[in-house]
Amino acid sequence: MENQLLQMVVDGLLMGSIYALIAVGMTLIWGVMNIINFAHGAFLMLAMFLTFWADKLWGIDPLVSLPLVALIMFFVGWGTYSTTVRKVLTGPILAQLLVTFGIAIFLVNLAVFLWSPDYQQLRGTLISGTWRFPLFVVSEAKVVAALASVVVFAGTYWWLKKTRLGRAVQATSISKEAAALMGINTERVFGITFGVALALLGVAGSLLCNFYYVFPSVGDMFGLLAFAIVALGGFGSVPGSFLGGLMIGLAEHLGGLYLGPQYKYAVIFIIYLGVVSIRPKGLFGW
Amino acid sequence: MVRKYVGLWILVLAMAVILPGTSLAAGVIKIGAVYPLTGDVASTGQECKSGVELALDIINNSYDIDIPFAKTAGIPSLGGAKLEAVFSDSQGSPQTGISAAEYLISNNGVVAMVGAYQSSVTKTVSQVTERMHIPMVCSDSTSTALTERGFHYFFRANPNVTIGAQDQFEFLEGMRKQGHSINRIALVYENSEWGSSVAEQEKICAKKYGYEIVADVPYSHSTTDVSSEVARIMDAHPDVVMENSYVSDEILYTEAFKLHNFTPPALMSWTGHTDRSYLKTVGPDADYFVVLSEFNLAMAKTIPAIKQVNDLYRKKFGHDLTENAVRSFNAPFVLADAINRAGSTNPDAIQKALTETNMSAGIMPWKGIQFDQNHQNQYASLVLQQMVKGEFQTVWPPNVATMKIVWPFPGWGK
Repeated sequence: MENQLLQMVVDGLLMGSIYALIAVGMTLIWGVMNIINFAHGAFLMLAMFLTFWADKLWGIDPLVSLPLVALIMFFVGWGTYSTTVRKVLTGPILAQLLVTFGIAIFLVNLAVFLWSPDYQQLRGTLISGTWRFPLFVVSEAKVVAALASVVVFAGTYWWLKKTRLGRAVQATSISKEAAALMGINTERVFGITFGVALALLGVAGSLLCNFYYVFPSVGDMFGLLAFAIVALGGFGSVPGSFLGGLMIGLAEHLGGLYLGPQYKYAVIFIIYLGVVSIRPKGLFGW
Repeated sequence: MVRKYVGLWILVLAMAVILPGTSLAAGVIKIGAVYPLTGDVASTGQECKSGVELALDIINNSYDIDIPFAKTAGIPSLGGAKLEAVFSDSQGSPQTGISAAEYLISNNGVVAMVGAYQSSVTKTVSQVTERMHIPMVCSDSTSTALTERGFHYFFRANPNVTIGAQDQFEFLEGMRKQGHSINRIALVYENSEWGSSVAEQEKICAKKYGYEIVADVPYSHSTTDVSSEVARIMDAHPDVVMENSYVSDEILYTEAFKLHNFTPPALMSWTGHTDRSYLKTVGPDADYFVVLSEFNLAMAKTIPAIKQVNDLYRKKFGHDLTENAVRSFNAPFVLADAINRAGSTNPDAIQKALTETNMSAGIMPWKGIQFDQNHQNQYASLVLQQMVKGEFQTVWPPNVATMKIVWPFPGWGK
C-alpha cells in the first residue's frame, strides 16, 4: 500500500481541486441567494455537452472552446435566474426548493431526448497525454484542470474582494435589504451571480471533457459531491469550497486505498457530518 | 343547422371514443417492460428497449426467419392478437422499479412483465409481480438469488451468475492445463445485487479450484473516479483481474488501467464490456479482454437466423445487435409462447403455461428453453469472447470457439 500512497495523494489533490471548481458556483448561489441549486449537476452536464459538440461538430478543442462555453453558460445562468428562479424567490420556501429540482429533471431528460443516453468521450484532445514520474503517473488533462481550478479560484476571490461588483455581491449576500438601501440593484446582482456561478461551472465542464465521458446523468455524482463540499467549506465561502474540495478528494482516495473503495463515499459523508455537527455553518461559513 | 345534426355528432364522437377502445381490448395484449431508461445505466437500458421492440415486431408481423413466432403474425391461438409493450423507467433504482411496476399493472393493465436489467431492480419489480399475481419473464438479470426465492410468477430464460462464475473458472482451468501459471486473482465488482452475487460465486469457485484471491475490491458503480480501486488491484500483482462492472465504471477502469500501463496476463470482464457506448468510448482499448457473454455476432456462423435478425435490427436502430439487446430480445418470445399455449391472457393461465415451456432458444446458442423447479432455464449457458480489432470472437468453450485466444494480454495499444 505504501508505494501507492503518493499516487493516491496526487490523485486526491487533482480530483479534489476539480470537485472544488464544480462546487464553487453552487456556493456562490447558495451564499448570495439562499437557493439550493439542485440543478448544478445537470448544468455541468450541459456545459460538458456544449464542449463535446463544439469539438465533435466543428473540431474546436475543449481548451479553445472553454471561454465560449463559459460565456454561453453565463447567459444560461442569467436566463435561468430571470425566467424562473427570480419568480419563486418571493414564493414559499418549498417552491424555491423545487424549482431547481424541476430544472434538473427537465435538462437531464432533454439531453436523453436530444443526444441519447449513450456515453461519449472526446479522443485526442490537445492535452490527452500522460506524464510518468518515478513514483506516480498523472494524466496531463487532470493536471491542467487542477491548475486552472487554482487560477479560477484566485480570480473569483479577487473579483469578490477587490471589484465594485464583487463587493456588491458580498453586500447582497449579507443583507439584501441593506444592500438595496445602499443603492445596489440586487436583482442585477442576483442575475450576475447566477450567471457567474454557471460560467465557472462551464469552465469545469470544459476541463472535465478532456478526460471524462459525457452522458445525460454525468452530473449526478458530481452534484452530490458539490453539496458535501459546499456544506463542509461553509455556505457562500469561496476559499472554503476550495479547501472542502481538496479534503473530499483526499478522503475519497485515501479512504478508498486504506479502508476499501466500498467505504470511500461513507468516509466523505462521515467527515461532512462530523464537520457540520461541530460547526453547522461549515469551516469558513459566515 | 348545427342543432339539427347535434344528435348525429354526438353519435360520431361516441363511436370515435368507443370503437378503438373495443378493438384494442380484442386484439392487443399489453406487456409491461421496466428498464433503466435514464440514469447511469441508461445506454444499456435503451439497448434492452430496442431488443424488446424488435422482438415484438417479429412476433406481431410475418418474417421469413427461422425462429419461433417469426413466420406468423401475432399470437396464433388468439386470432393473431398483437403484443404491445408498455415501457416504464426504473432510473436504475430498485425503489423506482417498484412504483413503475405497480403503475404498469394497476393503470396500464399489463398481463405480464419483462425486465428489468439490473438484478437489484429485477428483485423489487418481481416482488411486485409476485404480490399482484402477474407472470414476469426475465432474460437480462443474472443474480442467482432471483430464482431461489420460491416465487411462482418469476421465470428466468438467461443464465445466472453461478453458471457464469463456473464458466470463468473452467476456462482458467483449461488455460492452466495448457501450461499457463495462474494463481492470483483480483476480484473487482460493483457492490449492488448483481456484482456482489457474482463475486460470491467467484469466491466459491476460486476455493473449489484452488486459486488465491489476492484483492477483493467492491465499489459503487456510480463512482466518479476509480484511482484508489486501481491502486489496490495493482498493488496485489494479480495474474487475472475479474471485473464485474456496468458501463461507466468499466470505462473508468479501462482508462485507469491504460494510464498506469497495467498489463496482467489476463483481464476478464462481464456485462459493461459489451455495451455499445462502452465500445465506442474506449475504442481499441476494449481489445483482448476475456469477456463472459451470452451472444456475439460471430455466432451467426452456426445460427443463420442471427444474420437475418441483425439485418432487421440494423434497419430499425441503425447499428448492429448488441449482447444487451439480444438478452432482452428473448423474454417476449417466451411470453408469446406461453400465451399462445395458454390460449388466454389470464395471468394465472400464462403462469401455468410458462411452467410447461419447452421451446427452441431462437437465436441463442442453447439447446432450448425449459424451466427447472426454480423457474431457471436449465439450458442457458455462456461463452467467453475476446474482441480483436473491433470484433468479438468466441474463444471458449473449444467446441464453439471461432478464434484461438490471445493470451497473455498483449498490452495497451497493441
